Amino acid sequence: MAGTVALSVAATSITRTRATTEPALVRWTLIGVVLVFLGLFLAVPLAAVFSEALGKGVAAYFAAFREPDALAAIRLTLLTAAIAVPVNLLFGVAAAWAIAKFEFVGKNLLITLIDLPFSVSPVVSGLIYVLLFGLQGWLGPWLAEHDIKIIFAVPGIVLATIFVTFPFVARELIPLMQAQGTEEEEAARVLGAGGWQTFWRITLPNIKWGLLYGVILCNARAMGEFGAVSVVSGHVRGLTNTVPLHVEILYNEYNSTAAFAVASLLAMLALVTLAAKSIVEWKSQRQMAAGKRTAAEGKVR
Amino acid sequence: MALSLKQRSVLPGFGLTMGFTLLYLSLIVLIPLSATFLKTAAMSWSQFWNTVTEPRALASYRLSFGASLIGAAINMVFGMLAAWVLVRYSFPGKRVVDAMVDLPFALPTAVAGITLTAVFARNGWIGSYLEPRGIKVAFTPLGVVVALTFIGLPFVVRTVQPVLQDLDAEIEEAAASLGASRWQTVTRVILPALLPALLTGFALAFARAVGEYGSVIFISGNMPMRTEITPLLIVTKLEQYDYAAATAIGVVMLVMSFALLFIINLLQWWSRRRYA
Repeated sequence: MAGTVALSVAATSITRTRATTEPALVRWTLIGVVLVFLGLFLAVPLAAVFSEALGKGVAAYFAAFREPDALAAIRLTLLTAAIAVPVNLLFGVAAAWAIAKFEFVGKNLLITLIDLPFSVSPVVSGLIYVLLFGLQGWLGPWLAEHDIKIIFAVPGIVLATIFVTFPFVARELIPLMQAQGTEEEEAARVLGAGGWQTFWRITLPNIKWGLLYGVILCNARAMGEFGAVSVVSGHVRGLTNTVPLHVEILYNEYNSTAAFAVASLLAMLALVTLAAKSIVEWKSQRQMAAGKRTAAEGKVR
Repeated sequence: MALSLKQRSVLPGFGLTMGFTLLYLSLIVLIPLSATFLKTAAMSWSQFWNTVTEPRALASYRLSFGASLIGAAINMVFGMLAAWVLVRYSFPGKRVVDAMVDLPFALPTAVAGITLTAVFARNGWIGSYLEPRGIKVAFTPLGVVVALTFIGLPFVVRTVQPVLQDLDAEIEEAAASLGASRWQTVTRVILPALLPALLTGFALAFARAVGEYGSVIFISGNMPMRTEITPLLIVTKLEQYDYAAATAIGVVMLVMSFALLFIINLLQWWSRRRYA
């Protein structure tokens, strides 16, 4: 449920007459109300992150990153994202290929099942792995016998992160590839291209912006996930703490400046994500517009 | 052909991609989720029922669902207004504002939690104005509402925006030329057309809010019976090694999310039929 609403459509500008718009006073009042609401709920909290982080000066700010525990948390978060994002990317492309390029029974059920992790509470997402791999869980005794640690260790963190970011790439690609149809790929096949050749030369260039968008969202969630990871991590400092968990620990120790300093890293990641999203949206709209133009020219001929 | 599960195609790779999809889906999602349901089967029905209806659990459902409903309702009103303003009017900085709407999706929930707490605490930027006037936000149920409003903010905007963009200007012209006032056109012509999208956005925001954890636990203060949300109760039970209780409450939440998912699918099906 978290996170994705498909790329929005290009704004069409229509000249509006007096009968189809509101008086200037109403217009500016509504704009004012919306800006105040968004200012209070978005701009103020975002500004507060940086203000609290820099409140005790630049030296205190950078001191927060020299802590070995902070560095370990950053390393673990990067490692987790480096595993979770590629496997979910691979899955997303495979699932979108099977769903968008073929007709089969039970397709809608499959799409709903892929979306499932979005509707599960982050805490429950962590809980299901504790019940499977924890000491009290189904596989717990066997794992303990073989001295394999999953819960309260790095594998559990990676698994929980894979679960919460599971649908991101797939659900960006499925509608996109369904809209593009199969004609181009079929033409490539008929002209003698192999399966992989068709994918690399035809499909991938067509879906690259949607793919990138899915990866950006997947990565942001993978690096920022808190609830699910918190349940499986066990909070061992320097070992099983990701950056969001490190923020929580610092905050609970009343080390507010350091907590906000580390949080400001994540806030910057969020801002980069939003900027990248805007750029990708703009690029994909241009690609779609170009596609429509060539299609229209084709019809004229 | 009529009875085969899959239609013929010249494209290759169905077996490989479908096989991988099903295997990965089962390993990561389906098997762990079913294991959770199986785990509760070890409890007797009365044990299960007593665990999920103890007063502390009931209080947490009331807070989680109540605050989520209020948050989603606030977002329905302001999300609708925001979508309207972003689609229909132009003003300086509009593109930045539009991009910023997605901030709650992009900002990690723990960061949202601590910064909202800082802003609404007694000495915070907004809290220092509200508390002298007798409005306490941080560490009260109102704080939970604030956090849940924040994380649900993009849903209504992003579901209503594309529909509003695609709405034909002609139907508004028709309404105006038939003598409708602008207010009548908005309430009788535009709003009914937006209703499926509005309700979908409301349901999405509500579903997200019910399960939310990170942004709430800092601002709520976590007092049992008063400001403890259901996901936090699960974490508390886990920390006390009460796996049975954590699982039982977790299953209640799972059933609720599946019910919500079903409602959302129905709403989206309705929207598609409406806007097709």
